[in-house]
Amino acid sequence: MIMNEMQLLTWVRGPGLNLAVGIFVLGVLWRLFEIFSLGRKKDLSAPRAAPGASGLRTILRRTLPAEGMLKKAPVTYIAGGVFHIGLAIVVLLFAPHIKLIQSLIGVSWPALPSQFIDLITIVTLVAMLVLLADRIMNPVKRFLSTFEDWFTWTLTFLPLLTGWLAVRHLLLPYTTMLALHILCVELLLIFLPFTKLFHAFTVFGSRWFNGTVNGHKGVAV
Amino acid sequence: MMALSPVAGRAMASALAAAQAATKRPSVIWLPFQECTGCTESITRSHSPTIEGMIFDMVSLDYQETLMAAAGFQAEEALHAAMKENHGKYLLIVDGSIPLGLDGAYSCIAGRTNLELLREASRGAAAIVAMGSCAAFGGLPNANPNPTGAVSVSDIIKDRPIVNVPGCPPIPVVMTAVLAHFITFGSLPELDGLGRPKAFYGETIHDRCYRRPFYDQGKFAKTFDDEGARNGWCLFELGCKGPVTYNSCATTKWNAGTSWPVESGHGCLGCSEPDFWDAGGFYRALSMPAGPMQMLGAAAAVGVATGAAVSFLNRAKKNAAKAGHETTTLADLEK
Repeated sequence: MIMNEMQLLTWVRGPGLNLAVGIFVLGVLWRLFEIFSLGRKKDLSAPRAAPGASGLRTILRRTLPAEGMLKKAPVTYIAGGVFHIGLAIVVLLFAPHIKLIQSLIGVSWPALPSQFIDLITIVTLVAMLVLLADRIMNPVKRFLSTFEDWFTWTLTFLPLLTGWLAVRHLLLPYTTMLALHILCVELLLIFLPFTKLFHAFTVFGSRWFNGTVNGHKGVAV
Repeated sequence: MMALSPVAGRAMASALAAAQAATKRPSVIWLPFQECTGCTESITRSHSPTIEGMIFDMVSLDYQETLMAAAGFQAEEALHAAMKENHGKYLLIVDGSIPLGLDGAYSCIAGRTNLELLREASRGAAAIVAMGSCAAFGGLPNANPNPTGAVSVSDIIKDRPIVNVPGCPPIPVVMTAVLAHFITFGSLPELDGLGRPKAFYGETIHDRCYRRPFYDQGKFAKTFDDEGARNGWCLFELGCKGPVTYNSCATTKWNAGTSWPVESGHGCLGCSEPDFWDAGGFYRALSMPAGPMQMLGAAAAVGVATGAAVSFLNRAKKNAAKAGHETTTLADLEK
């Protein structure tokens, strides 16, 4: 028998979510354990003092564009920044999302009004489309892009798009679109630990590491 | 009626008047299968048109076990006489699901299984109304693990027009309005993908809910007795299924427009949707997992174990490289 939309929704909320979160947790722990257990050789050189050179400084420093870079690559910095901040707001401050997080790990926080989330979603979708267009049109970016780059863009874009379409009641009935939205999120969860999307977990750690190593050598980056 | 033009209203009035004037009113047969009589209870509360108004003036309700005076052999005789006399013309209403387990023995009337009765009665029916979620989708009897093998009318009957009027029970005026539509136009109303009249099942409870502004503002009742609940805030977090439930409770309301579940302080159960009993629990928010997250512990253990195994391999590789390292001397370079 073919699933009706309610059965599909219940499946993605039940066994589907169970499976996706399971693979996500498995993958995240595996990758983190693997990365941190690699270890580094002990640096025997004497540390060179350099004011402001530290892991923390690099975390902040690399969040902002380097001098002159904003003019050279405005799309990458502006659309990239808008997309990341927008995505964080939509994922973490929409009431139903908070309810899900609360049911999984037990912590919750206040939500933003849904119209505001709607606006941020549109801005984030546009930023992602601009980034995609730039990746296609900019010859250097296109040359550097591999299958994984297109794939992870799609994995990130689809949950946003389907969630927005569901809330706006566009294209498909809400129940079906909501089921597709959750399904897309589950695909994202499954692939996140095994693709470049894992930077969500490693970005600050690697910046801190680089900052510390460079600080030891007396270079403030 | 909703979603009909004013002209249709006049047409309906004159058609209903004509039905009243006619010497022979359209025959309606109501077969109760695996049901609780809640649908019958509900239709008796219809205020416009009323069920008594319909029975006395518009239709000839030839068989309805709860409402008819006759019982036993007399009742069965009335059923068969009506089916014979009005062959091809009567409207068949079914409430309750049809059990297929044990050759249908779970539910029999006059010694015959529901399946047998439905097949027989549907042959001469102009159309079938599957009244209530059991007849429309299998309903409660169909809930996991479905011990009686309960199915819906449309699972069995494929060659007759069927309109699904789901709800547990359906809204009284929706039930009578579908009958009034059939009497007026001689056809079934426009249906959605699940065979439900679009006029009543075209929008979700959530979209028509008077508490919707609170959802949009992020104001939610956290328990049934907190300040939010007393202020009439949104019941989403208490498990309201309004966002995925297509029905008109929020607009027609119940009991002659008195109130409806959300107005009385309880979230929507989603009773007009298929499989609402198995949709993850009435008091779990729609965005919460529908089932237990059983894999978490095992997944975490496997993740750590895999990470440890891979790190062990990496170390072995590193150590092997170290062991295999050959020191380059000055003499080597001068060779």
